[in-house]
Amino acid sequence: MDRPVHLTNIFDPVSTPAQAILELSWLVLWICAGIFVIVVGLLTYILIRFRRRRADTEEPPQVYGSNQIELAWTVIPLLTVVVLFLVTARTIRAVQSVVLPADALQVTIVGHQWWWEIRYPALGIVTANEVHVPVSDQAQRQPTLLKLASVDVAHSFWVPRLAGKTDVIPNRDNHMWIEPFETGLYLGQCAEYCGTQHANMLLRVMVHTRSDFERWVAAQQQPPVRDPSVQAGRDLFQTTACVNCHTVRETVANGTFGPDLSHLMSRATLGASMVDNTLHNLQAWMRNPQHLKPGNLMPDMKLTPQELEHIVAYLATLK
Amino acid sequence: MINVTARTSHAEPTEEALPSRGRVGMFCLIATEAALFSIFVVAYLFYIGKSLSGPYPAQVLEVPILPTICLLASSATIMLAERALRQGYGVRFSGWWLLTIVLGGAFLRATAVEWRHLMVTHHLTISTNLFGTTFYSLVGFHAVHVTVGLILLTLVLILSVCGYVTQAQSERVAALSLYWHFVDVVWIVVFLVVYIIGR
Amino acid sequence: MAFAEYPLGQPQADAPRLPLLVRLHDWVVTVDHKRLGIMYICTGLLFFAVAGLQASIMRWQLAFPHHDVVSPAVFNRLFTMHGTTMVFLVGMPIILGLANYLIPLMIGARDLAFPRLNAFGFWLSLFGGVLLYFSYLGGEGLTGAGTAPDVGWFAYAPLTERAFSRGHSTDYWILSLLVTGIGSVATSINIVTTVFCMRCKGMTLARMPLFVWLLLVVAGMILFAMPPLTAAQLMLLLDRYLGARFFDTQAGGSAVLWQHFFWIFGHPEVYILMLPGFAAASEIIPVFSRKPMFGYAAMVGATLAIAFISMGVWAHHMFTVGMSTMANTFFAASTMLIAVPTGIKIFNWLATMYGGKIRFATPMLFCIGFLFQFLCAGLTGIMLAAPPFDWQLSDSYFVVAHFHYVLIGGLLFTIFAAIYYWFPKATGRMLSETLGRWHFWLLVIGFNLTFGPQHIAGVLGMPRRIYTYAPGRGWELWNLLSSIGVALQALAVLFFVWNVIRALRQGPPAGDDPWDAWTLEWTTTSPPPEYNFETLPEVQSRRPLWDLKHPHDPDWRHE
Repeated sequence: MDRPVHLTNIFDPVSTPAQAILELSWLVLWICAGIFVIVVGLLTYILIRFRRRRADTEEPPQVYGSNQIELAWTVIPLLTVVVLFLVTARTIRAVQSVVLPADALQVTIVGHQWWWEIRYPALGIVTANEVHVPVSDQAQRQPTLLKLASVDVAHSFWVPRLAGKTDVIPNRDNHMWIEPFETGLYLGQCAEYCGTQHANMLLRVMVHTRSDFERWVAAQQQPPVRDPSVQAGRDLFQTTACVNCHTVRETVANGTFGPDLSHLMSRATLGASMVDNTLHNLQAWMRNPQHLKPGNLMPDMKLTPQELEHIVAYLATLK
Repeated sequence: MINVTARTSHAEPTEEALPSRGRVGMFCLIATEAALFSIFVVAYLFYIGKSLSGPYPAQVLEVPILPTICLLASSATIMLAERALRQGYGVRFSGWWLLTIVLGGAFLRATAVEWRHLMVTHHLTISTNLFGTTFYSLVGFHAVHVTVGLILLTLVLILSVCGYVTQAQSERVAALSLYWHFVDVVWIVVFLVVYIIGR
Repeated sequence: MAFAEYPLGQPQADAPRLPLLVRLHDWVVTVDHKRLGIMYICTGLLFFAVAGLQASIMRWQLAFPHHDVVSPAVFNRLFTMHGTTMVFLVGMPIILGLANYLIPLMIGARDLAFPRLNAFGFWLSLFGGVLLYFSYLGGEGLTGAGTAPDVGWFAYAPLTERAFSRGHSTDYWILSLLVTGIGSVATSINIVTTVFCMRCKGMTLARMPLFVWLLLVVAGMILFAMPPLTAAQLMLLLDRYLGARFFDTQAGGSAVLWQHFFWIFGHPEVYILMLPGFAAASEIIPVFSRKPMFGYAAMVGATLAIAFISMGVWAHHMFTVGMSTMANTFFAASTMLIAVPTGIKIFNWLATMYGGKIRFATPMLFCIGFLFQFLCAGLTGIMLAAPPFDWQLSDSYFVVAHFHYVLIGGLLFTIFAAIYYWFPKATGRMLSETLGRWHFWLLVIGFNLTFGPQHIAGVLGMPRRIYTYAPGRGWELWNLLSSIGVALQALAVLFFVWNVIRALRQGPPAGDDPWDAWTLEWTTTSPPPEYNFETLPEVQSRRPLWDLKHPHDPDWRHE
């Protein structure tokens, strides 16, 4: 796999909430740096200046304490904490208490063991592991509201360059927002231990220009491709247990346990970003999902090589 | 070895009588158990009204007035027993002590009857809903403490009947009564939370 | 007493050796606080080696992207067992062991208040540890759910519910901690009772060594902080076995409730672990600076403030859970507030050293390392205290770095300081200064090499508890550096083990008071007799030995 380097540095935000966090972070870092310099400086000075010299056997003057000094180093840190707290409180509100405009894009993120279901309720789109959003700019603000839900255990949605993380917890409605101001691909992953394949529950957020985003939406809204040359594969798919877990729109497959496959080939990766979405990898996955992602909840379907060939050929047409 | 003893009388007067170990130890145990009960109480309060299905408290709970009176009365009887022992009246002590056990036993029996009624008639178990879960765990946890208390009290009764509990032991008996009083206070809290607030 | 090199006493006359079986039996049935203390500490050090091995395997797995040393299931068990072992089977036994050994000696008593309860507490702790590790053998369940627990050391619901955690591995986690928890509470009751009821004549609360003060506070904290964990675990057990719904989200249960209960325990727990480290530092730093602790009353006050505030900061572990603005703001405030008394302590230690005549013996070296590293830990803690910053840093390697700076850089270093300081008292032998220096420097370099770069990995978006990571995220270099540091740390620990073995066999005799110190434990022989003191002492100040050594300028004139 030849992947370009994708840094997800929290100090390189491309979205409004992440930017707000960074601004607070700088203040915190400067305060901490100041304290560090003072204390380490003091410590170093003390260690050098007050070393016991050889053969010096006399005890130094015994000092028991000083109320004034105690007061000083109580009050000054307290004041520092108060300042830090006030700025922090302001940033909390700036990120958490934002009321997004009514026309903000709404995306529902559903956490599963170990993949992400992505739904656009207003647009009728369901996909997996990739979030596509339009870019926002000063002229036309376009934030995206993310509603977070889980069907099983606690997960956490974290795309560092776009926002801080918010946990995805069953029986709890969390939400967060992003407002990217630069197009591009931003990586993230689940940040709350959720079981065996927690490490491979990755996220891809694609920020498009407005027109690109609309093009993507239109493509996703299309019914799945019905290519007659893979009829055999389609029939096989629809008569195998595949349909219990997966959905392909406008077919009998309407399972929701696994990812929606209607536009499988429009996605860049398989297995929640474990491998690139190529024919070879699709075959490997279908042959034995446990080999690529041991412990994941798709069982080995025990397909014969011919069945495998048909189904893969069919899935490969679902662009 | 160096002997460190006072050389002069410049020192301030030291603390006179340090508290008794049994009493302090029991207070510590009570503190930790109180913290334990608090969490079950918090869980109960948190889940009030959150059950997705019935039965619900107002439908099935009957306020246990008589058992509560029994348990609270047992606190009074244990105090009388303690006083009797401190004054040296062994037989009177055994009598009040026995009455305490009987009252505690009556409370437990009432709990058992209540639970049987809830399970058999109302089909409320610990796994029925959140109410069942929090009810049985909180009341049950308290009942376990009552049971343990009764076992200890019975042990002391047997020892007393055999003549081993004398006036000199009154400090130890006092420590055990502290535990019993704690169990009663917890019941007051549980009673309020389950039968008054939660219904 | 002239202040020369450490005055060494005469080696004790060798009594005829009893048969091995008799000696073992004596240790097994003992109720002597000194022996129990040593057993506690040895238990802790043994589990430390095990957990260290687990960490080494994890770091080997993470040294390279997509490395294939262990499977995901094995890795997940490793980090669960590593965390659980370090907190409950290393940290708690060692601090309770130190308390056990030192408190009666420091307050001029012959033993703890309830010697048999003491033994009970120890054996429960040991049994709990064995039970946890028995899970490797006995935890087998359905669908390959595995052997040892793999739910993380804080075992979030509903991952721990029957539906997602098949088999018995999680049950072993629950049961072993219930057992060790009861042991800890038993010992804490003992400590509180001892300190309140058994101080020698003249020793008011205001004249106790700071070590005793801090451990009294720690014992009190255990009494209040352990029950929430016990309660939550009982609830989880009811869920798993009787079908209760406490954390069953399908039935309306709350996953967040588990987190609240766990962290109401978990946060005070980390202070419970750290305060004994402060306690040791508060004894060692004055002795090796040749000055009394600066601001005794302030230190006591700051400790009480920390204990009190620590019960009100727990939800800073939950800033990403989606709590209200008000809740996030409140916990930010309380968490930032606790930095103040902690800072006061650091300043007081510095002030103790200021104007002193610092001896860089091994105990002091470790304390200096502690001061520097704990400062770093505290500062990253302040960063994490700000919820918005925490929304990025939480559950990443930045947090892993932070708490390892607290627990290794802070606690472990002070534990080593304590061992080097009190080993002569407990065994009558001196540890080697040369080997101690090797131990110290290897550990400082190795520790900082392992955990320093993890801050950067966290900032670059690396979450915790992942068994592998893809190349191209910018994490490779930091992980590799981090893993290299492990080798140095392991080497450091080997030097320590060698030092201990060598000292036990042929270390120079220590005498009663090798460090020229001032508290009561140094007035008796090394090792102390079973009854501790020939006659129970009577004191007039915080430093009774100083008074004896300096009759013209005793402490009680200044206190």
